[in-house]
Amino acid sequence: MQLEYFQMIDRVVEIDVGARRIRAVCTVPQQSTVFDGHFPSYPLMPGVLLIECMAQTTGWLVSVLGGFAAMPILVGVKDAKFRSPVFPGSLLEFEGHVQHEGSGYAVGECAGRHDGKVVCEADLMYRIMPYPTPQFRQVLFDWAERIDIAVKEFAK
Amino acid sequence: MSSTFDKVADIIVETCDIPRENIKPESHAINDLEIDSLDFLDIAFAIDKTFGIKLPLEQWTQEVNEGKATTDQYFVLKNLSEQIDKLVAAKGA
Repeated sequence: MQLEYFQMIDRVVEIDVGARRIRAVCTVPQQSTVFDGHFPSYPLMPGVLLIECMAQTTGWLVSVLGGFAAMPILVGVKDAKFRSPVFPGSLLEFEGHVQHEGSGYAVGECAGRHDGKVVCEADLMYRIMPYPTPQFRQVLFDWAERIDIAVKEFAK
Repeated sequence: MSSTFDKVADIIVETCDIPRENIKPESHAINDLEIDSLDFLDIAFAIDKTFGIKLPLEQWTQEVNEGKATTDQYFVLKNLSEQIDKLVAAKGA
């Protein structure tokens, strides 16, 4: 996890296309400039960045289900809850689920766990948009492969 | 049993907090009720779930953008309700 670069997911460990579920893991870094401000002498993972973790986890699943033909853009977050503080060094596991694939949009949910206990959860909505450029599409393909998503297997 | 229009109106009340009395069959979701495209996604999701269909929003948008259809055909609520009925009928066929 590199907070400054929004590289929230270290590795996708499971994708179940039939069940429309994904599991991903990441470790909150011990050091980050984010913690210089959040908070001085009391580093704490910001809730907004936990939302980003959840958005990326379920967003990758939306991409997979759509065969990487277009990209999901986060447009809505509902019922976000942060149940426990998350500190540097924590190993997090996120489990995302896509409830509905509409025409041009998708709706899903995600929960994050630490030591098996839910620390955050949210309902998420995505608009499905064309890639802005072929280069950006390749950037996302490379990114997906770096976190162990078998892009070639899923891409249409 | 409530009509398709009534169900759609209830969805709009629920998702957009618009008073039920303002929602008429002749109302245009965008022009009259001022529902923006993001709120319409919430409505589309609720419609898809309620009726077990998939509103073809991308196709409709493309048709409007290409001048092959008007927004009235899809976003005036009585017309939207007719489109839903057609999709439900096609699903059962």
